[in-house]
Amino acid sequence: MATDTGTADSETLAIEDGVRRRDFINIAAVSAAGVGGLATLVPLISQMAPSKDVLAESTTEVDLTPIQPGQAIKAVFRKQPLFVRNLTPKEIAEAEKVPLSELRDPQTLDERTKDGKLNWLITMGVCTHLGCVPLGAGEGENRGEFGGYFCPCHGSQYDTAARIRKGPAPKNLEVPDYKFETPTKIVVG
Amino acid sequence: MSFPWAQHYEPKFAFTRWVDEKLPLPRLVYNAIGGGYPVPRNLNYAWNFGVLAGFCLVLQIVTGVILAMHYAANAGVAFDSVEHIMRDVNWGWMLRYAHANGASAFFVVVYLHIFRGFFYGSYKAPREMVWLLGVTIFLLMMATAFMGYVLPWGQMSFWGAKVITGLFGAIPLVGEPIQTWLLGGFAPDNAALNRFFSLHFLLPFVIAGVIILHIWALHIPGSSNPTGVEVKSESDTVPFHPYYTAKDGFGLGVFLIFYCAFLFFMPNALGHPDNYIPANPLSTPALIVPEWYFWPFYAILRAFTSNFFFVPAKLMGVMAMFAAILVWFFLPWLDRSPVRSGHYRPLFRKFFWFGLIPCVLVLGYCGGSHAEEPYLMLSQIAAAYYFLHFLVIVPIISSFERPEPLPFSITEAVLGSDKKAVLGENTTPAT
Repeated sequence: MATDTGTADSETLAIEDGVRRRDFINIAAVSAAGVGGLATLVPLISQMAPSKDVLAESTTEVDLTPIQPGQAIKAVFRKQPLFVRNLTPKEIAEAEKVPLSELRDPQTLDERTKDGKLNWLITMGVCTHLGCVPLGAGEGENRGEFGGYFCPCHGSQYDTAARIRKGPAPKNLEVPDYKFETPTKIVVG
Repeated sequence: MSFPWAQHYEPKFAFTRWVDEKLPLPRLVYNAIGGGYPVPRNLNYAWNFGVLAGFCLVLQIVTGVILAMHYAANAGVAFDSVEHIMRDVNWGWMLRYAHANGASAFFVVVYLHIFRGFFYGSYKAPREMVWLLGVTIFLLMMATAFMGYVLPWGQMSFWGAKVITGLFGAIPLVGEPIQTWLLGGFAPDNAALNRFFSLHFLLPFVIAGVIILHIWALHIPGSSNPTGVEVKSESDTVPFHPYYTAKDGFGLGVFLIFYCAFLFFMPNALGHPDNYIPANPLSTPALIVPEWYFWPFYAILRAFTSNFFFVPAKLMGVMAMFAAILVWFFLPWLDRSPVRSGHYRPLFRKFFWFGLIPCVLVLGYCGGSHAEEPYLMLSQIAAAYYFLHFLVIVPIISSFERPEPLPFSITEAVLGSDKKAVLGENTTPAT
């Protein structure tokens, strides 16, 4: 340990229990800078997430009064089409008589609608295959073999509960989160 | 690096000597693409496509920077600003068509460059790093091209963005949050368009940077050649300038004839008419297809129509599509044949011309067609063969194939004999 150079002497003085003061400072400084550097990533990454104005549009209100039984409308929810459909008793009966074992994505009409509101079928208008907009919500559009929706892109057919029955789509049309604010108004999102 | 017989840069004027002392940039260029870079004397026209790809990048950057002066990256006006470029801006129509067809031309030459590498074994040691950087450049190109196609904000732009970002939605658990984060919303909109514009402007310069690394890595062992035999002596090489600057210049002229034929006589032949309809989130085009250069990969994506080993079909398709390119990264280690060039590999050569090439063409054709039979079944067979080629056929034939006899040297391959090298004069130690 004993040497005659000044540098070595000062280093010897700095040793305490095998940890050098300079090592401690070095590790502490690099760690602090590292944590600070990582913290700056938070705004850099988070800025890409939906901004407040986009989120402000993330709910949609739909007034149900003008929609007669058998009719459907296209609304816009999060910049994507939303199908709001008032089912006729015949369409409800058709949907309910299908055995679940026949379905690719088994769900009952009850599970896809709100309690006591069996006639209000609210789904996204986005085919679960490759995201096309199916036909059937507009007046006079092709509703397919099962009377629900028909996707013209690759021929997926949905029934009156918007469940996939035929064609390449894997899932039923998605039912978004929504609630009845009043008996004639829903809030989606 | 360079071979010991490489010509040396000697600045002739007082000014160039002064520059050389302060910043030896002319020296760097001289040694990279001038007389200071010795290149095998037997390169054929398949070796033109690297320079042509570099030309295309410059073309895209020049036309792209100009288009950015007139384009507005806002979902409300983007489509109109492109029409403004087409109708009102002086020469705007030509600059935009030059950029759109330039993208296609870039992919043509890059695909030829890549398949040159497949055939001549350019990916093999000692050039693995050149290859890895090249695949990286290709991935960056794909991202850049995709984002550029979104900018006109037509129907294909919008639905292409939706389908491609939807691929990330296939990732289990985190997929949908990632998709929302990438788009900055729940569907493509202003936020997505703005960030795509920003990245579309940035990435070409990142590509330029990786190209510098690609060329740097290439210049360490030096260029390969059609025989695949390494350079042995000075008589195997000629200086890059003037020999290959002239040969590349001729190739560039031929390339420009084809490019201008598209640019001036059929500028929309490779595009899709639906992209002249403004983006409409509520109406889907009847056929959503990417640009032609993505068709083979799009076919692989759509080839998975049912669940596979409990993995959902959609996720399987996404993984297969990315794997189709990622497998290239492993090629230097999948192909264990010590013979580089397909010229001397009878079995490999057959699988290349009658297996891989038709397979990729079939995938390309199916990727541009409707997702229905018989295209689905064809793409399933071709996709299976594609992976079979890289993961099974190439490794297996490399272990038992009997290659044809290699020439002693490049000079012998060209002249029929190489007396100097036989006598051991002027040779460099084998690398």
